[in-house]
Amino acid sequence: MELFWEYAKAFLVGGVICAIGQVLIDYTKLTPARILVIYVVTGVILGGLGLYQPLVDWAGGGASIPLTGWGNTIAKGTREAVAEKGIFGALSGGLTGSAAGVAAAIFFGFLIAVAFKPKNKEE
Amino acid sequence: MATNIGQYTLRLDQSPSIIGSAAIGGKKEAEGPIGNMFDIVNYDAMFGQKSWELAESEMQHQAAQKVLDKCNLAPGDIQYLFAGDLLNQLVASHYGLRELGIPFFGLYGACSTMAESLILSAMLVEGGLAKKVMAITSSHFCSAERQFRFPLEYGGQRTPTSQWTATAAGACIVAECSQPPYVRAVTVGCIEDKDIKDLNNMGAAMAPAACTTIKRYFQDTLTGPDNYDLILTGDLGQVGSDLLIQLLQREGYDIKKKHADCGLILYDQRTQDVHAGGSGCGCAAAVLCSYIIPAIKEGKIKDMLFIATGALMSPVSVQQGQSIPCIAHLLHLSSTPNPKPQGGNL
Amino acid sequence: METVTNRAYAQMVKKASPPSKSARNIPLAFLIGGAICTLGHAFIKLYTSRGVPEETAFPAASVTLVFLSALFTGLNVYDKLAKYGGAGTLVPITGFANAITAPALEFKTEGYVMGLGAKMFIIAGPVIVYGIAAGVAYGIIIYLFRLY
Repeated sequence: MELFWEYAKAFLVGGVICAIGQVLIDYTKLTPARILVIYVVTGVILGGLGLYQPLVDWAGGGASIPLTGWGNTIAKGTREAVAEKGIFGALSGGLTGSAAGVAAAIFFGFLIAVAFKPKNKEE
Repeated sequence: MATNIGQYTLRLDQSPSIIGSAAIGGKKEAEGPIGNMFDIVNYDAMFGQKSWELAESEMQHQAAQKVLDKCNLAPGDIQYLFAGDLLNQLVASHYGLRELGIPFFGLYGACSTMAESLILSAMLVEGGLAKKVMAITSSHFCSAERQFRFPLEYGGQRTPTSQWTATAAGACIVAECSQPPYVRAVTVGCIEDKDIKDLNNMGAAMAPAACTTIKRYFQDTLTGPDNYDLILTGDLGQVGSDLLIQLLQREGYDIKKKHADCGLILYDQRTQDVHAGGSGCGCAAAVLCSYIIPAIKEGKIKDMLFIATGALMSPVSVQQGQSIPCIAHLLHLSSTPNPKPQGGNL
Repeated sequence: METVTNRAYAQMVKKASPPSKSARNIPLAFLIGGAICTLGHAFIKLYTSRGVPEETAFPAASVTLVFLSALFTGLNVYDKLAKYGGAGTLVPITGFANAITAPALEFKTEGYVMGLGAKMFIIAGPVIVYGIAAGVAYGIIIYLFRLY
């Protein structure tokens, strides 16, 4: 039961964060790229204010998987790096925190692009 | 020799003929309502080539070859070739037609290119400057998407007003008056801009241009919708067509009963998921060359207006926040030629 | 055209243009987005159960979803899911991965360096730019105001 509730929280929070994005797509002229930028920057701001981590602690994947989660990771990494290294940490912390995700996207993107061919939309 | 009537319309008194046409299509087009009327269809969107751009070139090449075959002509019999497409620097046309060795004019009219090329071809023949002129245009869904919108595998949602760029090509040969369809009059459009900025709603951007050109033609010729069996627009789609009918009604012309749109003929809106309909140079070209021209030839359509519209923006201009200027070109196609002038000094 | 002003025409356009099917889109975005995040959560649980510390399991789950996203993009399946998922596929890290893989795949015809390599970031680039920029700005602020 405990496990079910944990997954339900992830589903709920993740779903709501995505639904907000859909509202933006349907009701504003914002393009997908701009919406993603808004999400990641919002994540940095909320993470910086300490408001996002509690959500991650509560909903796990539901908060860490959306792009706001990545913004939060950037903020967290920056905060730790500044505490350790002073001003230089402002530069090194963000990327370090999110390095795995970015490197994965680049590397797997590259691999898949090499291995496959683009196909016409079969619709 | 042609007569200027009114301010914008040219009556082609010699009534040049479209002596042949050919249409090439892809899978979605073959599965559409007029799929069986295409001369050539290829379910492989690559048309056996290495890139989408080369595929589109191949389509133009096949269209040119097919229309020549159908008319029993060789490239050397054609004096001039007008061709265009949507790609940067018209590469589909240039690479596809380079082997033909025909004196060449490249045109960019976006989706109005079929009408633009036909008008110029007819003008040359009318003026006695050429005996046979070819007009070709094409579009390809994949090459257009990667240039104007997103890579094919990108997971985006299309809005309800968006249209589907056709993978199609059409070619015509215009020659001296001999058989239907005859080109009886042409109205060249002006660039119109009503400040529409939504790249996903091209129909709305282009409708005003179509309205202006059609209105001018009616005013110049002192005719109205009742004089024609069909008023066919290129790719206004569902939204653009609705707007065109409204705009013309305000001008006192009700075209509702006579109007059709190639974007809504090429695909079945209900089953083929094309949202507001088809678009692209190839859309109007394919419908005209596969279905309409034979229908006029057989007398099923007696008099019609063909209006192809084009949206003249670029990805850069859109990103810079500019609006979408558009243009519409009109031809009066008929199963009978213009009446010969009485007496006179010819 | 003299008779209809631009503003009047804009009104006509609005009336004639069908709106997005939000009644279908928003619930679908909720469901598919929720499902993807739940899948990510399942990976977190899987990794922690194998002894991976939590602070590594979280990014590892994201990396797993990035891989799956790239794979489905290559298999020509991702865009079909995204058609219905909308923001549900865009907002999770899957959207970012697809935005990198799709152009890399598409522009391979222009070569591995200028095509695949350069164009990989044409959609996702801004996310990296503004995400990093926001992070650096944040770092400078907390350093100056000693908020760390």
